[in-house]
Amino acid sequence: MELARHLNVNIITNAEIKQVQGKAGNFLVTVVKRPRYIDLSKCTGCGECARHCPTITLDSYNQGLTRRAAIFIRYAQAVPHAFMIDREQCIGCGLCEKVCLAGAVNYAEQQEEDTINVGSIILSLGNRVFDPRLNFEYGYSRYPNVITSLEFERILSATGPYRGNLFRPSDREIPQRIAFIQCVGSRDELHNRPYCSSVCCTYAIKEAIVAKEHSPTTLDETIFFMDMRTYGKDLDRYYERAKEEHGIRFVRSKIYGVDEVDGTGDLAIKYVTEDGAVTTEDFNLVVLSVGFEPSPQVIDLGRKLGIQLNKYGFCSTSPFSPVETSKPGIFVCGTYSGPKDIPETVMQASGAAGSVSALLAPSRKTLVKEKVYPPEIEVDGQEPRIGVFVCHCGINIAGVVNVPEVKEYASTFPNVVFADDNLFTCSQDTQEKIKQKIKEHNLNRVVVASCSPRTHEPMFQETLREAGLNKYLFEMTNIRDQCSWVHMHEPGRATQKAKDLVRMAIAKARLIEPLRQLSLDLNHTALVIGGGIAGMTSALNLAEQGFEVHLVERSSELGGAARQIHYTLEGGDVQSYLADLIQKVTSHPLIKIHTNVYIVDASGYVGNFTTGLMVERTKYIEAIKHGVTIIATGGKELKINEYLYGRDPRVLTSLELENEIVKGNPQVTSCDNLVMIQCVGSRNGERPYCSRVCCSQSIKNALKLKELNPKMNIYILHRDVRTYGLKEEYYQQARQKGVMFIRYDLDNKPEVRTVREDNRYLLEVHLRDPVLGEELIIDTDILALAVPIVPSPEGRELAQLYKVPLNEDGFFVEAHVKLRPVDFATEGVFMCGLAHSPKSIDESIAQAKAAASRATTVLVKDTILAEGIVSSVNEALCSGCGVCEVLCPYSAITVDREKRVAEVNEALCKGCGTCAAACPSGAVQQRGFKQGQILSMIAAALEVS
Amino acid sequence: MSDFEPKIIGFCCNWCAYGAADLAGVSRIQYPPNLRIIRVMCSGAVDPCYILEALTKGADGVLVGG
Repeated sequence: MELARHLNVNIITNAEIKQVQGKAGNFLVTVVKRPRYIDLSKCTGCGECARHCPTITLDSYNQGLTRRAAIFIRYAQAVPHAFMIDREQCIGCGLCEKVCLAGAVNYAEQQEEDTINVGSIILSLGNRVFDPRLNFEYGYSRYPNVITSLEFERILSATGPYRGNLFRPSDREIPQRIAFIQCVGSRDELHNRPYCSSVCCTYAIKEAIVAKEHSPTTLDETIFFMDMRTYGKDLDRYYERAKEEHGIRFVRSKIYGVDEVDGTGDLAIKYVTEDGAVTTEDFNLVVLSVGFEPSPQVIDLGRKLGIQLNKYGFCSTSPFSPVETSKPGIFVCGTYSGPKDIPETVMQASGAAGSVSALLAPSRKTLVKEKVYPPEIEVDGQEPRIGVFVCHCGINIAGVVNVPEVKEYASTFPNVVFADDNLFTCSQDTQEKIKQKIKEHNLNRVVVASCSPRTHEPMFQETLREAGLNKYLFEMTNIRDQCSWVHMHEPGRATQKAKDLVRMAIAKARLIEPLRQLSLDLNHTALVIGGGIAGMTSALNLAEQGFEVHLVERSSELGGAARQIHYTLEGGDVQSYLADLIQKVTSHPLIKIHTNVYIVDASGYVGNFTTGLMVERTKYIEAIKHGVTIIATGGKELKINEYLYGRDPRVLTSLELENEIVKGNPQVTSCDNLVMIQCVGSRNGERPYCSRVCCSQSIKNALKLKELNPKMNIYILHRDVRTYGLKEEYYQQARQKGVMFIRYDLDNKPEVRTVREDNRYLLEVHLRDPVLGEELIIDTDILALAVPIVPSPEGRELAQLYKVPLNEDGFFVEAHVKLRPVDFATEGVFMCGLAHSPKSIDESIAQAKAAASRATTVLVKDTILAEGIVSSVNEALCSGCGVCEVLCPYSAITVDREKRVAEVNEALCKGCGTCAAACPSGAVQQRGFKQGQILSMIAAALEVS
Repeated sequence: MSDFEPKIIGFCCNWCAYGAADLAGVSRIQYPPNLRIIRVMCSGAVDPCYILEALTKGADGVLVGG
């Protein structure tokens, strides 16, 4: 919706790219627009057409589990919210054209071609899911109760085929035993999908938990898996909760096949567990956790654009430029460059936008459309003159509520000088009509009774502004979502309710006032805290966009954790990349670097922060003014005193091992036996999170050692191998090269001992092999421990200074895990890199660009417009008790100790009104929701009948 | 009591409960039309006096959703 409303985003749907010419900065893109047969400017999405359409076909949105008409809208939230005709199914009867009151149907629409001139292209082409019919033994499409995870997702949805009831397809019975089979079309060399799809472990757990919530009876659920890859931030906790709290059973196994149990619709799964035991178990429903793959269409488009694709058809990227394709000016984000989850996708999307911003910075604001509004009409002291507009919403409201009666009723109230009813109050022509009526009747308040203010209030407020009225002179009441749609079978009482709601809205409208929105100046400088790869990447991106940056580093040199990493799993040379990045950052005229610096003080709000820096061991404090803050304080390897670490020189951490390999220490590179233990100090009670990169780090070291010394015996002792996405390929390589992977459980950890034999001390690793079921003793020369990544300690201080949250593990908490993964809830403060959670270099770079990109959305503004709905204090009534100050979640209200009155900082106030509710003397009022206004609504609600 | 029709005033937070009431509509979940919702920007903004006022003015119940 936000995108659809954006003045500077032009959405072209139902179209494909025919050709791209030109180069970075100047591309010519030929777009073919397929006919929709519906005029987008007229269709209101009311759905009357679909109700009359006689043709029925399978609904692809519900995975073919339901049916839809030939004229359809994919789903309720689709943008644009307009129907289209599926001409392959349409019989051309013309009924939809006849019933469409908006006159939007146009059968004669033709395919069109358009050429667009753009500076840059971002590919977010996505993936499709694997077709499980290729896995014949799982029985998909042969047995109705074997379904894909996507089908199960729809079944669990309130808007799905069974309205959220947990039924199985064959007989609409409630399943009591459900099985999930993981890695269907993933980690499967037989079907040429050897990569891991990254998201299936987590989504299977999610679906299993949601299914429990939907189930009216006790539900037994089993997830059959190979390695549980809940590597994302906080996801291991989710896995543990699924086991402990929800009782979901996890079975490490390989599946032989799925067969239907005769006549019951039930399914027998035959599987083999780690110890070699073969078992057959019956289930009522089987869900296949299908993986990702690029569709032939997106592979074709990639080829057409001439970008490099990998052997599976995913877009190739380098570890140091994760959002760039091989062609300058063309960027990539999301699953098109490899399987990934939503947070990762959203970070990459912002990162790609950041890269584009840097590329196109010289032409910034040249094509931006900005709206000009007429001067605001003065309404102070005027008697309210209210105009009421009641909406039919096609038949969505009028089919239940007697709209003309509501309109007549509205016109009987004092101060209502005009009342009208409209077929679609949101349509473009009605907006014009509203503006005209404001002028004609000198309206100074407008009430709209239609759908939800959550979706449509901004649009109507815009109309008011265009008519010269302050946008807060508007009141909206919801007679659709909260009336006609929920009382469909009680038209009389629904009409009565609509009248009550309109009466309440009119009562409030009489008391509403114009509100001013404070325009605040903005500082266009950024502060980036942390000089590692993430911080430097953010700083450089912002500087390339033309913004001044202060880059603050606690230690004496730039580089952060990457200084200890020499090469990536994919073979990228980290040190030369780092040197290059440091050179670019230090030589950039817009970046000022502060090393050996503590942050001692921070104040202000978005657009106007002040941060105090203290140079180490001096008392000198420099105050920096900045508009945004990016926190990239990084993390480090935690040295854990376990398994003789620190006591025996042969025991190293993974990074120390890497360093020895690079140095060419013969004790390491020429040894006979080498053991690596994974998850040392991670995924346990103390640190219940996965450090995400350690499996890849160990495999990277193992491959390097095998390259140097193929005869070396390498044992990796792990709990799950978490080489997610395309990293899986290196796990396979390691196994092919003879690296031994042996699993252990948390309650059966390996033990390390030194044993004296003759004149030397042997380093022995004891563990129980779950496959053989026997004790193993490995006499090793070197032991490498995969220790956890922990956030750097200065994060804790910064959290207090900038009033931003940390999670239990000490990592920063984002505003929304999926939708705002690099933003803090506090406006103007962003995060990236290891300070957010453990991640690889490419992920840090993408996230750093994302943070810079998000920061840019603030920095490009000339001024900041504060919200009008804020609190205000009547100083005469305020006793300065400070209750409001304590309660304010945004620290926006403070008591002036001398004057003994509370003061609101309107730039920080979010208008929640908590202070107003708590004020014992009624001195604090929330503008737009004043006490008198709410009381008038209560009185009006209870006035009649 | 069978024909008793309570009058209920609801205070719903714009960001959650009000959105949930919208979602009930989008999902066409049917419920009795006895509730009159007043939108607030946070359930923290519901002054106890609103609840008392509603009850003294004749409401049979008050729902605060946030």
